[in-house]
Amino acid sequence: MQTIKFKNKPYLLNGYSIVGPLEGKGPLKDYFDYILKDDTLKEKTFEKAERKLLQDIVVGAIDAAGLRVDNIEFFFGGDLLNQIVSSSYTARELGLPFVGVYSACATMAESLALASIFVDNGLAENVVAGTCTHFSSAERQYRFPLELGNQRPPTAQWTITGGGASIVSNTPSNVRVVAATFGRVTDYGIADVNNMGAAMAPAACDTILEHLKNMGRSPKDYDFIATGDLGKLGSEILIDLMEHHKVVLGKNYSDCGCMIYDKTERVFMGGSGAGCSASVFNGYILSKLKKGEFKRVLLVSTGALMSTTTSQQGDTIPGIAHAVEFEYCGGEQKDKAKKQLQSVKVMAGKKSANEKRVNMTVISKKPAKRSGDD
Amino acid sequence: MDREKRNTNYNLYVESKIPKTKAWPSLFKAFLVGGIICAIGQGFFDLYSHLFPNLAESEVTTCMLMSIIFLTCFFTGIGFYDVIGAWGGAGSVIPITGFSNSISSPAIEFKKEGIIYGICVKMFTIAGPVIVCGVVGSIICGIVGLVI
Repeated sequence: MQTIKFKNKPYLLNGYSIVGPLEGKGPLKDYFDYILKDDTLKEKTFEKAERKLLQDIVVGAIDAAGLRVDNIEFFFGGDLLNQIVSSSYTARELGLPFVGVYSACATMAESLALASIFVDNGLAENVVAGTCTHFSSAERQYRFPLELGNQRPPTAQWTITGGGASIVSNTPSNVRVVAATFGRVTDYGIADVNNMGAAMAPAACDTILEHLKNMGRSPKDYDFIATGDLGKLGSEILIDLMEHHKVVLGKNYSDCGCMIYDKTERVFMGGSGAGCSASVFNGYILSKLKKGEFKRVLLVSTGALMSTTTSQQGDTIPGIAHAVEFEYCGGEQKDKAKKQLQSVKVMAGKKSANEKRVNMTVISKKPAKRSGDD
Repeated sequence: MDREKRNTNYNLYVESKIPKTKAWPSLFKAFLVGGIICAIGQGFFDLYSHLFPNLAESEVTTCMLMSIIFLTCFFTGIGFYDVIGAWGGAGSVIPITGFSNSISSPAIEFKKEGIIYGICVKMFTIAGPVIVCGVVGSIICGIVGLVI
């Protein structure tokens, strides 16, 4: 099955988001953890700035979760630059075991899903998943020099400067990861690199339908459904495509790319980039989840998997979307904490009497487990 | 076959959803910006012919072009020309200022990769095709002219 339902439902310990000055003027400005005043981050090149940004984000997320870098077992991450250099260099600086992932702008959901699988299966206790993008380095790689006086078509999107990271852990918190759906690569024959929303919308539609089907839910069961960076046109297309499959996306649906910028900014169809869903999720959505204002959320990050070479050779743009479902478990956690407290008290009472026996069982268990493993 | 049909239908559907660029406002902006740039050029031309009456007309033209190119590079460098370009569209691209901007902007952008591999290699990424087409076009015209 395309959807992985987590048995132990790993927890999202905390998240951290940083955005650039333009994004910091947008409607979500109060939700981001940090807003950059200078998008060069005092680095000589934009590529260096991007990796500094990701490094700050990852360290910020680890701090926000009350952990230290050496508590983290794996770093799942990727970015848009060739050979995912920003993530690799970040991993080098932090000395973290690194699992590099790439699915363009859907990297956040993919990293979160992989991190959750690791924690769910007891392979790790604390894992960080994160990504970011920088407008200027993306422009340099994918489009034209910044100072070129060209016009963008009305379907163009604006790569955001910013990103986010989350800590997936087995330590209880208010938010749990319920399930994840890895998407199919979908290509409906759009070749225009300035219309990525239209190229990615069918992938988002496919993944959402698959996730809803496998989870036995309808869009109404969610307080919020967020797609990554379809933009205004792309999300309109997605609504139409979903309607075609007789699934209605209501007011609880929005697109991170449409949410991040103020309407007066000249950003055409809205924000895009891996950092778009990463910053909106870790900034806005996660803070709403932590407070319990959202009880159930579906994050569907969307990515366009082309490269500049394939576009120049006239290939169409394959799209992908990964979905991750989260739920608020604040009440449940309180109950659990109470139970834990009670059991600790009971244990403390019994401990003195049974101390010898407990120690014995622990010792006797170990070799038995080992022989089983062998 | 089904997939092709689906893709064609989807492309047609997307085409119908794309907001169209409004022609008249774009044309007006391009006319205004292009007009102003040409007027500045004419201003330089008149100024130079007044200051240096001994210069031939072709030499005055060269001086005028040099001044306009310098100004474009200057405005590109201080990060203002892209604002004019985003607003004025073809009005800022068609005159020689567009050509100058398309060479100076990658030179600034790729300076970080070094002088040889950065500036020298990347300088003509945008203007290169224009130069190639210009040279090839003039060769063809030359041959045609020779035959006629």
